[in-house]
Amino acid sequence: MKLDTSGLESAAPVWGAPSELVDGFSAGPSFDLPNTTDFDGFQKEAIQMVKPAKGTTTLAFIFKEGVMVAADSRASMGGYISSQSVKKIIEINPYMLGTMAGGAADCQFWHRNLGIKCRLHELANKRRISVTGASKLLANILYSYRGMGLSVGTMIAGWDETGPGLYYVDSEGGRLKGMRFSVGSGSPYAYGVLDNGYRYDMSVEEAAELARRAIYHATFRDGASGGVASVYYVGPNGWKKLSGDDVGELHYKYYPVMPSTVEQEMVEVGGA
Amino acid sequence: MARYDRAITVFSPDGHLFQVEYALEAVRKGNAAVGVRGTDIVVLGVEKKSAVKLQDSRSVRKIVSLDDHIALACAGLKADARVLINRARIECQSHRLTVEDPVTVEYITRYIAGLQQKYTQSGGVRPFGLSTLIVGFDPYTSVPSLYQTDPSGTFSAWKANATGRNSNSMREFLEKNYKETSGHETIKLAIRALLEVSFCFSYVITAIVT
Repeated sequence: MKLDTSGLESAAPVWGAPSELVDGFSAGPSFDLPNTTDFDGFQKEAIQMVKPAKGTTTLAFIFKEGVMVAADSRASMGGYISSQSVKKIIEINPYMLGTMAGGAADCQFWHRNLGIKCRLHELANKRRISVTGASKLLANILYSYRGMGLSVGTMIAGWDETGPGLYYVDSEGGRLKGMRFSVGSGSPYAYGVLDNGYRYDMSVEEAAELARRAIYHATFRDGASGGVASVYYVGPNGWKKLSGDDVGELHYKYYPVMPSTVEQEMVEVGGA
Repeated sequence: MARYDRAITVFSPDGHLFQVEYALEAVRKGNAAVGVRGTDIVVLGVEKKSAVKLQDSRSVRKIVSLDDHIALACAGLKADARVLINRARIECQSHRLTVEDPVTVEYITRYIAGLQQKYTQSGGVRPFGLSTLIVGFDPYTSVPSLYQTDPSGTFSAWKANATGRNSNSMREFLEKNYKETSGHETIKLAIRALLEVSFCFSYVITAIVT
């Protein structure tokens, strides 16, 4: 099987035979099919074998001032927490962010590859690539690897000529444009808080607090999410990291420990 | 010199690619074409020979559209033009599909010029025998542009240019009389440039205004 290593090539490709000249489209990545009688069954088995549960919580939403992106930082291998400090928000370029859910290596590699492609587009065309274009490049690559076991559930958030943009792209080859997304095993909990508190015209601080709370609540209930809740803001001048709070500390900030009334009564009785 | 013009990929000792220069000769024999850029308009004009009476002139398309917002005129071998135009049209749609945006004029010019260059550095093929004039408006910014490519694969942007038969006289005229114009003034300038070199003729003008 041949991988798409165009991002790793440093030299210009050597011109091939004249048959290359008659292509209408540029050739995409190609791969050989394995020799099985039941290819569909083989595909299903391969997916099941490689499919890690997307143990994470990431979310992003568009509001009046731009895009807010937030994620947790826990990596789990089954019941074992392998790391509490994983960077799940990937900086593709100074004005675009990608979130990581699914296979960490897959997300990191393909986001960096996307960053390379975006930069090449900028250099060739003397203008930045749109969020639409970037998300489509990634979606096309992931579609060409469909069924081969990639696990990527990512959101591409950015600010381009047309304003804020947010797309959800996954390893099945799906690509959705939207205003609010949450991806991962903790996403149902995050959606509950996010959908409840969302208004289009929020300030940056209100939106950041909403994002932080949504991640916190997801980490509270979902065992595969935890660590640090990072919040990023994407505005007209690019992205900026707003905060990274440990969710344990956030818990006591939202629900501080109160001395209970029963204990107070006992003290009074003792003093009388 | 004769030994260095057979194969396209062979340089002559004094640095010429003779096949490319012969292609430019073919361009010089083609129909005149002129392009002028104004502040809010770009105009393409081509000379049309009226000698052929039995020909259904509507089937001869000298100015073609590559997309909704880009048009092309060329001088030289019209059969080569058909191939080049088809490839450019496919690329316009392919670009729309991959980045969900229409092409900019510069992008499609770069693609066409790249294609023309590919055929000057491959074995067993000859260069396209045409120079093209590409006009259009960029999406979103609506900036008008005029570009020219030639058989060697070079391209550049122009305020006004001419190619094909008598292109030197037309270009001299344009250099003397060019100024920033808009609307009908630009069209008149293009017509007057064509009038310089074509006497008994009928002309086709395509003007694109956003």
